[in-house]
Amino acid sequence: MLTKRYEVQKGPEGYLPPAAAMMGIVPSEPGTSLVEGQMVLQETAMEKVADALLQAKNPVFFPGPLILWAWKEGVEEKAQAIKELADAAGAKIIPMPDYRPKYPMINPEIEINPNHPNLTIWHNNIDVCLFVGVHCHYANIALKLIRGGTDCYTIALCAEAGHEDAMISLRDVGLDQIRQITEIVKKRKETQK
Amino acid sequence: MRNLFQVSAAFEDIMPAEYKSLIENGPFGGDKGVTDLGTFKELLEEHPLCAGCGLALSLRLILASLPNPEHTIIVGSTGCSALAFPQAAVHNIHSLFGNQNAVASGLKRALSLRFPDVVKDVVVIAGDGATADIGLDMVMHSWFRQERITTIMLDNEAYANTGGQESGMSQEGAVLNMAPKGKNFSKISVPELAWASGCAYVAAVTPANPRKLQSAVRRGILAARETGSSYIQVYSPCPTNYKFKPNQTIEKVKSREKDGTYQVREYISDEAQLLFDRLEEVKNG
Ligand SMILES: Cc1ncc(C[n+]2csc(CCOP(=O)(O)OP(=O)(O)O)c2C)c(N)n1
Ligand SMILES: [Mg+2]
Repeated sequence: MLTKRYEVQKGPEGYLPPAAAMMGIVPSEPGTSLVEGQMVLQETAMEKVADALLQAKNPVFFPGPLILWAWKEGVEEKAQAIKELADAAGAKIIPMPDYRPKYPMINPEIEINPNHPNLTIWHNNIDVCLFVGVHCHYANIALKLIRGGTDCYTIALCAEAGHEDAMISLRDVGLDQIRQITEIVKKRKETQK
Repeated sequence: MRNLFQVSAAFEDIMPAEYKSLIENGPFGGDKGVTDLGTFKELLEEHPLCAGCGLALSLRLILASLPNPEHTIIVGSTGCSALAFPQAAVHNIHSLFGNQNAVASGLKRALSLRFPDVVKDVVVIAGDGATADIGLDMVMHSWFRQERITTIMLDNEAYANTGGQESGMSQEGAVLNMAPKGKNFSKISVPELAWASGCAYVAAVTPANPRKLQSAVRRGILAARETGSSYIQVYSPCPTNYKFKPNQTIEKVKSREKDGTYQVREYISDEAQLLFDRLEEVKNG
């Protein structure tokens, strides 16, 4: 029986960490987000994203196929907005161009693979990462593996219902929300000066 | 085609070179084939298969022969080829050992419903153990049902991935690590089984003749699009389990063709022949 509410915290949680959903974490309601498994207002979560990115030693964005490839109207704009956010936060970008396992050969310096994301995180000493444009199933697998094998803090900006396996999960994220986070990051940097 | 594989401008600088060369110089949308090998970025370059692996060579030729790689989904099964597919830049599904033709049947039907206006080629590529032994039930029933799929067997005459057991495709007398007394039964004639089961196109080919192999793969896929099931068997000898030198793979193929123990052959239904003739006519204008 669960006596304590499960918290989606950074790992390493060990081999085969549970899916957050198995531990009772459910997607947040529209208009809200999840921070470490707790539902909070979206604005609060955006502040947390800005904090996590700015406090990181080596923050890295992992854009997935949905945003790397200009496969439909509107993707280019979103991609541009994500790049602006990464630049504002001083984050590097390492792509996840597809989901083939490429086992055991990937170059962790230039790509991340959802089936062994830990390799890229270990190799580059990434302490905070941000997922965007990764299909739900692969995002959840990768986020879970990261919690299992690394101490990386994970953020997911999702256009659908969010990813309860991330430490911060924002849902229904479109162009406006991305720009809003960029604004918060810029303001934070101003006040920190 | 470019718009199907266009990188978002903001991320162009961080896209790995491999993907850029697949877009700029890959086999998608063009008319690349086995005679162009060495001039374009292939779907499979790095793989962990053994030196001299006949299966790796066959796979390379098969992938270069696909008429429409961007709309091809490969269904694989457990075995040595399953170690190469994770690196292949083509949609592929790994199915439970032996289930590959059942998975491919469902997939083809689902794709026809989901994309009624796009031709999606579903191609099974699996070992001889997966095709002629453990999956024979699923394979033959997909033929009986005339599923619009192509089945390609990579015939290395053994269960290679598990260290060398005899398969239904091993020759009589074949001695393997785990068949020390030699096989007691003859090699199964799967091409004839396929023909009797109603396949529209059947071929047995080898990587020693890449053009013939390419023609068989293309015919098999075209027949599956328009008429019915197709089957292609590719002799792909295994230096590791049959203990010959890695540089002797092609010699091995040729000697087996010469002594008649591996016969290259083709069976074409009337309907498929009409289709090929029509396509030839269109091509020759
Ligand atoms: C359901 C199931 N049964 C058995 C196995 C064990 N197994 C793995 S590979 C293999 C042999 C594959 O032989 P073949 O299909 O000829 O492929 P090859 O390795 O020779 O290319 C077997 C029996 C398995 N993985 N799954
Ligand atoms: Mg075999």
